Amino acid sequence: MAMNAPATGGPNPPGSSEDDLLVARDLKKWFPIRKGFWSRVVGHVKAVDGVSFNVRRGETLGLVGESGCGKTTTSRLVLRAYDPTGGTIHFKDRKLGWIDIPTARRSELRDIRRNVQMIFQDPYGSLNPRMTLREIIGEPLLVNGIASGSALQDRVAELLRLVGLHPEYMSRYPHAFSGGQRQRVGIARALALEPQLVVCDEPVSALDVSIQAQTLNLLEDLQGRLGLTYIFVAHDLSVVQHVSTRVAVMYVGRIVELAPTADLFFAPRHPYTEALLSAVPTPDPDHRGTRIFLAGEVPDASNPPTGCHFHPRCRYAVEACRTTVPPLVELAPGHQVACHRATELSLAGVVPGS
Amino acid sequence: MTTELIDPPARTGSAEAPRPLDTPVVLDVKDLRTHFLMPGGTVRAVDGVSYTLHRGRTLGIVGESGCGKSVTAQSVLGIVPRPGRNVGGTVTLTRRDGTNLELTSLDPRGKVIRSVRGNEIAYIFQEPMSALSPIHTIGHQITEVIRLHTGAKRDEARFRAETVMRQVGLPRPDAVLDRYPHQLSGGMRQRAVIGIALACNPGILIADEPTTALDVTTEAVILDLVRSLQKEGGMAIQFITHNLGVIAEIADEVVVMYMGRQVERAPVSQLFHAPQHPYTQALLRSMPRLGHRAHERLEAIQGMVPDPYDVPPGCAFHTRCRHYVPGTCDSPEYLEVSPRHWVRCSRAGEVA
Repeated sequence: MAMNAPATGGPNPPGSSEDDLLVARDLKKWFPIRKGFWSRVVGHVKAVDGVSFNVRRGETLGLVGESGCGKTTTSRLVLRAYDPTGGTIHFKDRKLGWIDIPTARRSELRDIRRNVQMIFQDPYGSLNPRMTLREIIGEPLLVNGIASGSALQDRVAELLRLVGLHPEYMSRYPHAFSGGQRQRVGIARALALEPQLVVCDEPVSALDVSIQAQTLNLLEDLQGRLGLTYIFVAHDLSVVQHVSTRVAVMYVGRIVELAPTADLFFAPRHPYTEALLSAVPTPDPDHRGTRIFLAGEVPDASNPPTGCHFHPRCRYAVEACRTTVPPLVELAPGHQVACHRATELSLAGVVPGS
Repeated sequence: MTTELIDPPARTGSAEAPRPLDTPVVLDVKDLRTHFLMPGGTVRAVDGVSYTLHRGRTLGIVGESGCGKSVTAQSVLGIVPRPGRNVGGTVTLTRRDGTNLELTSLDPRGKVIRSVRGNEIAYIFQEPMSALSPIHTIGHQITEVIRLHTGAKRDEARFRAETVMRQVGLPRPDAVLDRYPHQLSGGMRQRAVIGIALACNPGILIADEPTTALDVTTEAVILDLVRSLQKEGGMAIQFITHNLGVIAEIADEVVVMYMGRQVERAPVSQLFHAPQHPYTQALLRSMPRLGHRAHERLEAIQGMVPDPYDVPPGCAFHTRCRHYVPGTCDSPEYLEVSPRHWVRCSRAGEVA
């Protein structure tokens, strides 16, 4: 930090500690809804509405929630694929020190993008069918002026070996590969620039069960070998539990609970987390557990309920939940919850297995 | 979605334990074979599959993509897309009046099979949006089915439609009937599709990945709905999914498929607690489980699903099997190793 940070790097963002790699504060992304001849803005879809979290170096932060909860939008904001409506995302760049991604200059963004990479959900849609693996994986090296010619060839071969593919496959096109192999190509491309942070957006949800396990093992191996930090966006809670150090649960644009993985799964403090965990089917036919069936649907982010967004579906809702937005507060070390009744409720978590 | 369609708040419930398969057989599938004759060779999508569906019971069919689980279901109804063709086997349906009907010998465009589809055997597709017409109201689509199969008058059909929509738990059914599919959320659409499937009181329901596109909370609600409808109407259900958790939740008996063949079939408890086929064992071991220790390495299955044009000879799984013994695994037979538990493995009993 201060010792070798050049002039461009800002001071430590508030609420950050030595271990942090990324600090997001009060992040907002509102998409305008336009109507009529003049495309007047008639409202906003508040996809992300005041989200704050830290990502520590070397950890995996899981982001879970139902479709439309804002988890993917949050991950795109980290890459500045979208410009946020409000809030800050400070990233501790290797060279530049702390940089606020939303206000970063073009030249700074170039550096940040080398250090923040993404693995996409769809292994079919995210690879250009007209490019060979050499071109796909080599492109980031080429455009960043890192390698060309035979050096590029060697680096691509090395990356292919890293993800468990034969270097001889280099001159083939994506159609020759299965879903699992394509996802490996996507991982190799993301790692080409030796990033610090990798945003994984549902990296295994399009894969078959047997391939899913291989891919999760690969991601964990790579994290250990290369010291990577992951933001892992997924809707499959058993996968998230398996890979994450800490987990943030999102509901209609807000984080409702954020805690170390074991705390969140075994002792949830938010009623939505409880309901979400109870809905996961357990692969044991002799213990078909009690389920909480949530009524209705996830509310529309353009017109969310007042107060706590979860109150119309919550079993424990009281008057305060209808009127006041519960703040995200730290109830135990590292365990943050946004619920008015968090201290008085005793909620059921996952039953520990063998 | 408007506020008038919001359900009451959350409730709890639990599923009952698996039930014995002691009820009459309503569908008997024997040695079913469906092949696709492609320019690049023949794909044996379904290659000798046998199972029975029992009244009021649920058969789960699991397998990875390309294992033939959906083509099996399509073959039963004669709706396999070209160039797929049924090349062998029989499908015997016990009709409502007690007579038996062999389905594979029927003309797939004929009157008889069309009176079976949607009427005696209903089918729910994975993606509710593709099963619904975007330019007709839900009410139009459901009354069409009812009028076609029962000859009911418009008012009668509308009344029946409202009853069914109430059964599948849609609040304000009359309002839902006048809506177009895009006006409903994913969960409501899937309920509507289930409603359409159930409109004619089918004896058999084939559900092809009905909850895969849904969130877990909605999935739990839909599974609960399917179970309670089965309890009321006594339907036999064939439930196709790749999700072992869902299978454990809903099935009474399970068939595991790999490369177009059944590798194992067993009552659900037995399959999960004493799987006999190395593929089933590996599948169960490779999945991360809630409540288990995190960050432990998953036992992945090595390699990948073989090319369907080039299925490995002998046991199709031998290229990925850690119990493979050259010479022994050349022609595994499908044998009953204990009551109602069949396995296709030359080393069944020795491996665990």
